[in-house]
Amino acid sequence: MFLRRSLMSVAGGWILGGLETVHDLGAFLLITVSVIVTKFNTARALVHPMIRAQIARAGLKLLPMVTFLACALGLVVIGQTVLLLNRYGAPKYLGMVMVSVVVRELGPLLAALLVLARIGTANVVELGTARALGEVEALEALAIDPIHFLVAPRVIGMALAIFSLTVYLILFALLSGYAFAFLQNVPLTPSEYFDQLALSLMWQDFVLLALKTLSFGVLIATVTCYEGLAKPVRLERVSSATARAVGECVVGVVMLDALFMIVYLVI
Amino acid sequence: MEEEKPWTGPLAEAEGAAICYGGHPSQLRLSGLDWKIAAGSYWVVGGPPDSGKTDLLATMAGLQRPAGGVVRIFGRDVTELGEPDLLKLRTKVGFVFKGGGRMFSDLTVAENIALPLRYHQNLDADHALDTVHALLDLTDLGNIGPERPQRLGMSQQQRVGLARALALKPDALFLDEPLAGLGWRHRQWWLDFLQELSSGAAFMDRKKLAVVVTTNDFAPWSGRRVEYAVIRDQRWQMLGEQKEPPNV
Repeated sequence: MFLRRSLMSVAGGWILGGLETVHDLGAFLLITVSVIVTKFNTARALVHPMIRAQIARAGLKLLPMVTFLACALGLVVIGQTVLLLNRYGAPKYLGMVMVSVVVRELGPLLAALLVLARIGTANVVELGTARALGEVEALEALAIDPIHFLVAPRVIGMALAIFSLTVYLILFALLSGYAFAFLQNVPLTPSEYFDQLALSLMWQDFVLLALKTLSFGVLIATVTCYEGLAKPVRLERVSSATARAVGECVVGVVMLDALFMIVYLVI
Repeated sequence: MEEEKPWTGPLAEAEGAAICYGGHPSQLRLSGLDWKIAAGSYWVVGGPPDSGKTDLLATMAGLQRPAGGVVRIFGRDVTELGEPDLLKLRTKVGFVFKGGGRMFSDLTVAENIALPLRYHQNLDADHALDTVHALLDLTDLGNIGPERPQRLGMSQQQRVGLARALALKPDALFLDEPLAGLGWRHRQWWLDFLQELSSGAAFMDRKKLAVVVTTNDFAPWSGRRVEYAVIRDQRWQMLGEQKEPPNV
């Protein structure tokens, strides 16, 4: 009886804590979106280069890593699929499998998790340290809106970077996948392979891919900025804020992914 | 567009205001504060450590809201203002933090000083350079523009903080213990400079700034024309001008 009650109280605490976090993150996101909309052209000589810098930081600088991941993804998916499809004599479904696995699922997910690991964590550390050292108050004293100066460039930059990285990752994975199939002497010409890809892709795939990757970027940037900025962090708590942000981002990204999966099933 | 009329009343005023640590109502530092800061006035506010001087300064500068009573900045009640309006008011108020001025460590000295100019006047880095050099000269910092703030000594960092606070040519300047930890020579420089700002410096187009300074020790202001106030036991006492500096 006692054990059941304490388990329920722990579960209740988790649920309430989760709801509170979602509520706070939602409020933070709404504030950020309103600042982006209302101040997009404010101080553009200063803020727009910061957006470009964020795109370069979360996108361009991760290209070598994404290339490596794309090759690995192409090889792994194709390697496993080719074996399976050849066993059942159905190599013509290779393109369809690549679209379902790489374009719709793994591509966006991998790009988002890579950006989270490399840039999202750095976001929390940078902003948490700035907050702990009083630099955020210094911005307020200079009448500079911290959301506009610190958060907005990161949200826009990470959203665009994850979208671009995903497109790059998908293209490279599809190409490296065919290269692997070619090396394994799969009876599939390039034109057959690309025809299969083209037939498997719907116009909705492009729209949903853009929406999915942009929302992953917004989610990761919002959570990491929130954990770094919104709570008055002490310097020694920055590391735990980073761990919390990573956990929240992973859960959020998987839940968003599940939401898009439902949309794919419906259309 | 209608041009904003220059404000002629007190730049900042408090009526029965309650000041709390970090703005948290549960941690009261000072209550019943009545104070008017006029243009060109030079206030030195003393009090023992942890008496609430920093919170008082932050509240009067619009960085923090009072826990009770009324604080007006340029005639506008800060409790009734939203964050965007408060931000707008803060462009007219300069604030120098204690202990190095809270520089942005990922920016150079020049970028730190240029930041408010670039943000509020939408300037690119090159166009802000002239003003940055003028401010570096004004604060006797010479050619340290490309340096990172963390490589400077505290007295230099503090002056960079001063230069950054003056970049937008504010009407009021709040300084939190600017003399703390400085040697005699640097102290004299600060005292002379603040006096000049209060009586109308050339860089500020001869505009007389309201200067408000906090301190643990009134002695350095001996023989200078300033108004004293002190926080003792959570109470506010205005002492006005004194021939000899009072005890904190």
